[in-house]
Amino acid sequence: MSPSSGEPPPRVAARVPGVLRAALTIGHLTFTDARRKRLLAAALILGVAFVAVFAIGLHFIARDARARMAPTQQGFTLGFVVMAALYAANFLIVMTSVLVAVDTLAGEIGSGVAEALCTKPIPRAAVALGKWLGCWTLLLLYSLVLCGGVLLVARLVGRYTPPHAVLGVTLLLLEGTILLTLALAGGTRLSTVANGVSVFGLFGLAFIGGWLEQIGTLTGNATARYIGISASLLVPSEALWQLAAHHMQPPIMRDINLTPFSPASVPSPAMVAWAVGYLLLVLAAAVRLFERRDL
Amino acid sequence: MADLALEARGLRKDFGDTAAVRDLSLSVPRGEIFGFLGPNGAGKTTSMKMLLGLVRPTSGSGRLLGAALGAPAGRARVGYLPEHFAFHEWLEARELLRFHARLLGLSRRGLDTHVTELLVRVGLGEAGHRRVRDYSKGMKQRLGLAQALLGEPQLVFLDEPTSGLDPLGRRLVRDVIRELRAAGTTVFLNSHLLSEVEVTCDRVVFVKDGRVVREMALGVADRDLEVELRLERTSPEVLAALARFGRDLREDGAFVRLRVDGEEHLPEMTRWLAAQGIGLYHLAARRPSLEDLFLEVIGDVPVVG
Repeated sequence: MSPSSGEPPPRVAARVPGVLRAALTIGHLTFTDARRKRLLAAALILGVAFVAVFAIGLHFIARDARARMAPTQQGFTLGFVVMAALYAANFLIVMTSVLVAVDTLAGEIGSGVAEALCTKPIPRAAVALGKWLGCWTLLLLYSLVLCGGVLLVARLVGRYTPPHAVLGVTLLLLEGTILLTLALAGGTRLSTVANGVSVFGLFGLAFIGGWLEQIGTLTGNATARYIGISASLLVPSEALWQLAAHHMQPPIMRDINLTPFSPASVPSPAMVAWAVGYLLLVLAAAVRLFERRDL
Repeated sequence: MADLALEARGLRKDFGDTAAVRDLSLSVPRGEIFGFLGPNGAGKTTSMKMLLGLVRPTSGSGRLLGAALGAPAGRARVGYLPEHFAFHEWLEARELLRFHARLLGLSRRGLDTHVTELLVRVGLGEAGHRRVRDYSKGMKQRLGLAQALLGEPQLVFLDEPTSGLDPLGRRLVRDVIRELRAAGTTVFLNSHLLSEVEVTCDRVVFVKDGRVVREMALGVADRDLEVELRLERTSPEVLAALARFGRDLREDGAFVRLRVDGEEHLPEMTRWLAAQGIGLYHLAARRPSLEDLFLEVIGDVPVVG
């Protein structure tokens, strides 16, 4: 194994990679792996197809609206269509968040790939954080294609921009990030399928909780409202969508309060703070659980 | 004991109510080729994983290249070939090795040359740009070996390195171990192929029910010998006296057989017989094969897994 060229053989660097550098390498590896598995291509191509279908539909709706409707009604119609597209995008982001992360630790623990990584001179935390980073980068790209595409089409085709678009998209990304992190944490202990079922189950709790909160508010039933809020504290995903929807619709829709996108009970900014804290807690739990896991 | 590559003191691992490893204590000096033997279910893989920081011991302690078990720094100069080597199969072999090198902290300078040399060394020189998923089982095993040799480690763990390899591949593993020995690298070898262990290892331990039951050097001089004697006459007194030179003495027809733990006992025995005036018609000393020893030490154990 002596070097054949004049180049000196590589030596182990004097210091082993720190947590950050190791996490960046694992993140790069996770991202490269997803790219090679055509996960990235599938998400982006179908994301672009989603935006294209929306663009074509919006083109015809906007043409009709401009020809036949009063400006107020036009604004309402376009606002509604764009909210429908963002709602679909939200749903896709939720699904994709779980899918990209559900197998990343669970699968590699199951197959033994994690053994080869965790015997390197790097802390387990770097592996967990790197996995999170790689998956989150995918989620970020996907969310930007979907939401950015919808907003761009709304602007170019419908000549309409929803209010607080940046805030709204950030909230959707936060929602996806929370579910992604839950899937990462679950993957430290559960098999891939059990993990997926669990995270979607938690999402379901938040979803029904969100509806109970809205209906409880509309009908004046405080108990239903509290059950809903409790579910949102347990999994603050749906609350973030409600808040994003509240901010991104035109005031007229919000005031009429009759569309499915107009929350009767608007989550408070404290819910955002809770969601951020929750995210950090779940991430810390994922790291801790992985550190203590026998491989 | 500054020059130990590896040390374990009373390592124990319980999985629920079951003890996978009860009491593992061993010391491996630097530069030794160390064989870790035992039947299926004896706790060999769990032991190896505790040493590598993959499994947290329930109790006990140890050191890996001077660092406490589980500390990342101890693994900086450690290579590991798992029994079932698995990796991100969608990557090309070269890419995979580069990612591993980065996790080891190897500098980029000269890395391409190093990766090429390793691939050539394990016989994958032409296959570096193919995806790992297109590799055969044997090729994956070779790639795993290359991965374990990245960065010129001081200690290499090989868990069943020849499983899935054809005779050429086995020869390769043997040659690599020889090169590692020449370079002063410590090798921790777990293998069921006792004939291979016999030709490569300096010392072996036998593990049974999660503890070390026997330790043995495989050097020529200090190795157990099976001795066969035919004497002019025997008596219970003669047999009792002979038994002091070794153990497991038994009479077998005209022959007396016993086990001695080194060849220096042979001249001692003949001198004693001559002094007693007992004629010696036949003396044969044979090194029992590792397989004989294995069966003797481990005995009949139920197959656990």
